[in-house]
Amino acid sequence: MQKNNLIEAKNGVFEITLTINGENRALSVKTGEFLLDALRRHGWKGTKKGCDTGDCGSCAVILNGLPVLGCLVPAVAAHEGEITTIEGLGTVRNPHPIQEAFVEAGAVQCGFCVPGMILSSKHLLDRTPNPSGAQIRKALDGNLCRCTGYVKQIQAVKMAAKRLKKTVAISRRP
Amino acid sequence: METKNLKVVNQPVVKMDALGLACGEPAFTDDVEFKGLLCGKILWSPHAHARIKKIDTSAALKVPGVKAVLTYKDLPRVPHTTAGQGYPEPSPYDTYTLDNKVRFVGDRVAAVAAETPEAAQEALSKIKVEYELLPAVFDTFEAMKDGAPVIHDEEDSKNIPDAKRNIAAKFDFEVKNGEWFKEADFVLEHSYKMPYLQHCAIEPHVTIASFDNFGRLVLRTSTQVPFHVRRIVAQALKIPVKKIRVIKPRIGGGFGSKQEVLLEDITAALALKTGRPVKIEYNRRETFVSSRTRHPSTVRLKAGVKKDGTITDAEMEITLNTGAYGSHALTVMMCAGSHTLPFYKVKNNIRFIGRSVYTNMPVSGAYRGYGATQGFFAWECLMDLMAGKIGMDPVEFRRMNYIKLGEGSPVFKAMGEGREGVEQTITSIGLPAAIEKGLKEINWYAKAEKYKNQSGPLRRGLGMACMMQGSGIPEVDMASATIKMNEDGSFNLLIGAADLGTGSDTILAQIAAEVLGVKTDDIIVYSSDTDLTPFDVGAYASSTTFISGGAVKKTAEKAREMIIEVAAKIMGEKKENLRLEGGKAVSAAGASCSLSEVANTSLYYYDQHQITASASHFAHTSPPPFQANFVEIEVDTETGKIKILDYVSCVDCGTAINPQLAEGQNDGAVLNGIGHTLAEEMEFSANGTPLNASFRRYKIFSAADTPPIRTFIIPTWEPNGPFGAKSVSEIGINGPLPAVANALANATGIRLFEAPFTPEKVLAALKKANWILPR
Repeated sequence: MQKNNLIEAKNGVFEITLTINGENRALSVKTGEFLLDALRRHGWKGTKKGCDTGDCGSCAVILNGLPVLGCLVPAVAAHEGEITTIEGLGTVRNPHPIQEAFVEAGAVQCGFCVPGMILSSKHLLDRTPNPSGAQIRKALDGNLCRCTGYVKQIQAVKMAAKRLKKTVAISRRP
Repeated sequence: METKNLKVVNQPVVKMDALGLACGEPAFTDDVEFKGLLCGKILWSPHAHARIKKIDTSAALKVPGVKAVLTYKDLPRVPHTTAGQGYPEPSPYDTYTLDNKVRFVGDRVAAVAAETPEAAQEALSKIKVEYELLPAVFDTFEAMKDGAPVIHDEEDSKNIPDAKRNIAAKFDFEVKNGEWFKEADFVLEHSYKMPYLQHCAIEPHVTIASFDNFGRLVLRTSTQVPFHVRRIVAQALKIPVKKIRVIKPRIGGGFGSKQEVLLEDITAALALKTGRPVKIEYNRRETFVSSRTRHPSTVRLKAGVKKDGTITDAEMEITLNTGAYGSHALTVMMCAGSHTLPFYKVKNNIRFIGRSVYTNMPVSGAYRGYGATQGFFAWECLMDLMAGKIGMDPVEFRRMNYIKLGEGSPVFKAMGEGREGVEQTITSIGLPAAIEKGLKEINWYAKAEKYKNQSGPLRRGLGMACMMQGSGIPEVDMASATIKMNEDGSFNLLIGAADLGTGSDTILAQIAAEVLGVKTDDIIVYSSDTDLTPFDVGAYASSTTFISGGAVKKTAEKAREMIIEVAAKIMGEKKENLRLEGGKAVSAAGASCSLSEVANTSLYYYDQHQITASASHFAHTSPPPFQANFVEIEVDTETGKIKILDYVSCVDCGTAINPQLAEGQNDGAVLNGIGHTLAEEMEFSANGTPLNASFRRYKIFSAADTPPIRTFIIPTWEPNGPFGAKSVSEIGINGPLPAVANALANATGIRLFEAPFTPEKVLAALKKANWILPR
């Protein structure tokens, strides 16, 4: 739910506090600045700018549990919120199973759309561990890709679903 | 040769940069920070055709934070082309970094650099420009008429064949073996049209210009052609090549749009003016309007056919709209003929008439398929039309006429890219197997039988289309590579080849690894940087696997010789008894020596030297990949909507160096082609203003829209390619348009000649044909 915590700008700059990838952060954001630009300006470069008009999905991040388009969300709206960016999902040393599945399925060509695509997949698989092909297509619908024809990306999400189920099964073992 | 003994090549090795990209590593042009970076922006022309009478930048310069404002008065006037092609480029020199004339809505007027985007934007709004409006022309056929506005009336442009008639490029060619159409039982003639289409790479064009410690200009840029960028920027700004370094980081897709010097010259000019690093990044609207597009085309194709299935004559006239500048004007036009005309045997006469025409419209350029897309739309529709006329099965008709193994064509020699071509014969062809596989996968004959009697508003139909492309430009494209060996038996592979998301770094590493008997992850790839990597023309013309792959193979073979020489001394063996395998030099008798021992010996102990090799490669032929496409559609005759139920694409790319990546290339090309077929079209107002320059209004397919696409790799062995490989990246985009056109005709009897096949067009055609739904 939307919290009602008013903050005031000083000289056109808001000081917002939020959680990014599990860490507490304080960010200076400009009046009128969108979340995408604020994240990139502060070093979260995994969030991409493909159109800046809410059409391509490259800037998707998870804000308070929901995938949002960073180019449409004012940065101040993330005040006291919780954000997961692609960097928070996994790293090259310790990748998330969805990231691994995208790699192994050959779903990464130029890779520019992939962070957003993976975060959309994460949101889907968190809620729908056994998605149908149609559910996957629907979940990825907001993330445009011009390289892959989506063929291997859809396979990647299926692969990730299987692996995540196994992970859950293992972790639930007594 | 066969692929069965290969250990690394022909394997689905994981794409080496995929994990970093999937984890959001800062790999792209704009993902790094530059201290003191200025924001550059460009003022675009609001007019289709105008002369700048007065331009006043004084108010713009007073905006706080503004560091530079450039107009044509500030820069050298150097006619050049933005087309990233081999030198001398076959495109006319008709472009100036900034000019006193604007030639389309979205042309450059001025550029600013400021401390913030806001200041840059404000400065743009304060540049006062007084224009003298000139009459504009938007249609190619109007533009060629006497009295049409002359778009390139400047005196100093070069290599425009007929500026007065707005002809940016022309090429005519004829093979004559008798009287035209004398032997033909039927003569068919139609015109086929394609509109303005956008590449829609998800990463917009972006360039960052900065300086190194020596004051040299460093261009970090989203490009397919780093070496051409260096040369063209040097030319346009009159600075020596040695003062420029071009770095190509990871690229977010290109599809031809980044085979172009689009931002590098003006970004560099702003950096040189301010002495500060400058970034210019297009927004999405700018990538639609002020980058490059596919050449809109009208292809008139007239051909004669005999009742026995012989194609007697073919006359192909292509008119391309090159927009305001002639980037790739000649070569795209020629490829429309050079890739299509040799594909089917024409018994008697062949004529090609090509014109690329200036208009006051956005600039066309290289786009995946490169003319073959426009050409095969016409040819593959014609093949079905002719088969129908003579009552032959369209599959049989194609089988009878396509070029066979060992055959050549007079067209290969007559038409190259921008100049005479190179004689060649077909040295590998998997088309027979591709057709067989496709027929089986789509269940062609059984379904054709079933669809003969349909009723109701939904009608199904089948269509097919075959095609070929090339593998690089013969005797034009050149690539090179350098390999050096490290202590642990790993290798650095330095290549000028430009991976723009295709996976070329990975497949080139596979080729090196195969030769050197190591694993792909023993090859550390670096591409591409004009200071550090050897020359490569870049990623275009389906050349990288074939040309750059050839360079890497030669380089690795040289390095292998050097390794074996050292190993022979260590092992006391004859060189000819040694081979590299599993990270070792292995003798015929079974003795071995690890590559790390070889490296350490050469670096530290004995006859010390760095094992390193370089080689270049160019080719005398351009072996075509072949493809058979099959589609099943359902047409809603009440709404006009075409739904693709199944798309089967069988591609012969020789040996797929990496089958998974090759499939991915084809899947993406096919979907792009399906977009061209069903939805994509740039729209313009009557004065040439783009109306749908956004992803919201120019629709590219999303995951939910995408029909089933099934790619099948049909292996062949191309003797001239590295490990039997040919190209794969472009061919797939050419199939959907003719295949769906044929399927629509099969389903409804309606044939459309103008892309895209929107519900409106289908419905209008059904109405025109008095399509009455049986009740």
